Amino acid sequence: MAAPIIEIAGLTRDYQVGAQTVHALADLTVSIERGEFVAVMGPSGSGKSTCMHLLGCLDTPTAGRYVFDGVDVSRMNRDELAHTRNRSIGFVFQAFNLLPRATALENVELPLMYGRTEPRERHAKAAAALAAVGLAERAHHQPAQLSGGQMQRVAIARALVNEPAMLLADEPTGALDSRTGVEIMALFQRLNEQGITVIVVTHDAEVARYAKRILRFRDGHLVADERVARPTRAIEVLAALDAARESAA
Amino acid sequence: MTYLDCIRAALRSLRVNVLRSVLTALGIIIGVAAVIAMVAVGAGAESRVQGVIQSLGSNLLVVLPGSTTSGGVRQGSGSLPTLTESDAKAIGSDIPAVTLSAPTVRGTAQLIAGNLNWYTSVQGVTPAFLDVREWPVASGRVFTDNETRAAAKVVLLGKTVVANLFPGQDPVGQTIRIQRVPFEVIGVLDAKGQTPFGSDQDDTVMVPISTAKLRLLGGRKLSGDLVGNITVKAQSSELVSEAEQGIKALLRERHRLRDNQPDDFSIRNLSQMLEARAESTRVMTILLASVAGVSLIVGGIGIMNIMLVSVTERTREIGLRMAIGAESRDIMSQFVIEAVALSLIGGLIGIVLGIGASLAIAQLADWPMLIQPEAVLIAVGFAGAVGVFFGFYPARKAAQLDPIEALRYE
Repeated sequence: MAAPIIEIAGLTRDYQVGAQTVHALADLTVSIERGEFVAVMGPSGSGKSTCMHLLGCLDTPTAGRYVFDGVDVSRMNRDELAHTRNRSIGFVFQAFNLLPRATALENVELPLMYGRTEPRERHAKAAAALAAVGLAERAHHQPAQLSGGQMQRVAIARALVNEPAMLLADEPTGALDSRTGVEIMALFQRLNEQGITVIVVTHDAEVARYAKRILRFRDGHLVADERVARPTRAIEVLAALDAARESAA
Repeated sequence: MTYLDCIRAALRSLRVNVLRSVLTALGIIIGVAAVIAMVAVGAGAESRVQGVIQSLGSNLLVVLPGSTTSGGVRQGSGSLPTLTESDAKAIGSDIPAVTLSAPTVRGTAQLIAGNLNWYTSVQGVTPAFLDVREWPVASGRVFTDNETRAAAKVVLLGKTVVANLFPGQDPVGQTIRIQRVPFEVIGVLDAKGQTPFGSDQDDTVMVPISTAKLRLLGGRKLSGDLVGNITVKAQSSELVSEAEQGIKALLRERHRLRDNQPDDFSIRNLSQMLEARAESTRVMTILLASVAGVSLIVGGIGIMNIMLVSVTERTREIGLRMAIGAESRDIMSQFVIEAVALSLIGGLIGIVLGIGASLAIAQLADWPMLIQPEAVLIAVGFAGAVGVFFGFYPARKAAQLDPIEALRYE
């Protein structure tokens, strides 16, 4: 069996607020296998955001060890972390974070630019990633011309374009209506079935039920690590919604 | 990110707020335009002075006789004829820094041609004088040494005299009378224009010096060997003052002046006076261009200000770029390139405005404007440097943002 994609031991992150030390994350030990679909849950202040920043190589721990994709990233400098994020992690944010003046295609190309991919290859890969999220015909639209769900799909295409080892989504459905949210979760499930590790950070139990594994945080500690025997299938939920709408009509 | 990507991204973000970009670039626009226009004004002024120096003849010295005192009143230079033709010859042959030395006498006379008459100045000169003054004939010929020796009755006319005595005709070969003495017109002098002091250099006629003394301007003051003044050409502009020293020493010796006696002659250095004027114009130009340059720096501060605003406005964008893998130098170069694009676009607009303003001033103020390509290059280069310098701090600020803070920024 392959090595886990994430191996964390004794990971701690403290913040200095004035004279006080806040333990945002205390002594986390966990490992995540390749191909898992994990929901990180907890109320605000529970440490789930800090956990996401550390998992996403946006932050470095105060103590402990984080081996990501076989490499210890816990002592990397800024630019090494940037490089790791560029190659191996795809980010999806609640607010989509698309560049407003750029087209969908240009937004998706952005990680490839920083990865120094040739323009020709860049266009091809970005177009393929947009097609994979079902937005091939919207490639030349600007974000303002797209719906919320479409914007989040563009963001997911951007996250996928570098063929990352892991997708890291921070409240990906938070800014969407519930049906579009389910569609996005269906997309995550499909990508996960294709082998990508997906980690969704959320406070919403509705979202977490699509995951195969749930990590619950409270006050900086991991308090529960549950395997979900039969995760809800988003496609089925969508089908049920459609059926309900038809019978109502 | 390639530089092309950076430039495209920079132009895109400048297009987002066109008015703001233009206002920000205004300082640079004005600065570059002002530098170009000011240097053009200065270069034009310099060329005008150079033109005047050219019209006088370059590296020119004029030796004037000394003054006399009559009844306690000093009569002014030239009132005591002390210079002689042999002084002129000695200056020409004994001082190595001098190439040509031309004695002249000067007076005024009534000219008659047919039924027209004209009162003008008459100069008795040698052919060397025309070389010293770099004053060729437009038509006809200069008098020969033989004619000079023989006091021949030949005359060269200035353009103004031709216009008044021979309107619409070719005077060469015709006869005029100067103080009732008939002279053959052998040539017409090239037009010289005004002196820097406003008198018309073309309102004159020239006859051989011997003729002038013998037949026209003779009299007690210019009897024998005496001449009115001596015009001297030095070998080069560096040797003008050496020539001046040499002439002074030579004439003091020839005139047997004791150490305690004052000079009985004076030496005027016209081209040096004009050079000094050109130099002061040059200093003025540099001064004006520097003031304009200050506007470039002020413009740079404007750019820095707007870049700082831009970095703050786009904090979330910076956070996103960092999250998906931008390294510090990527963010850095993005913002520096944006600042440089701003200043260079301002520079280009400034070139157009500066050249336009120069042409407008040339038209309206009738001032020769010389647009200097170096000034254009320096102004734009400086504008670019201002962009780099003032873009650097905001860019560094952007590159040092914490990605987590930046992503969270509202």
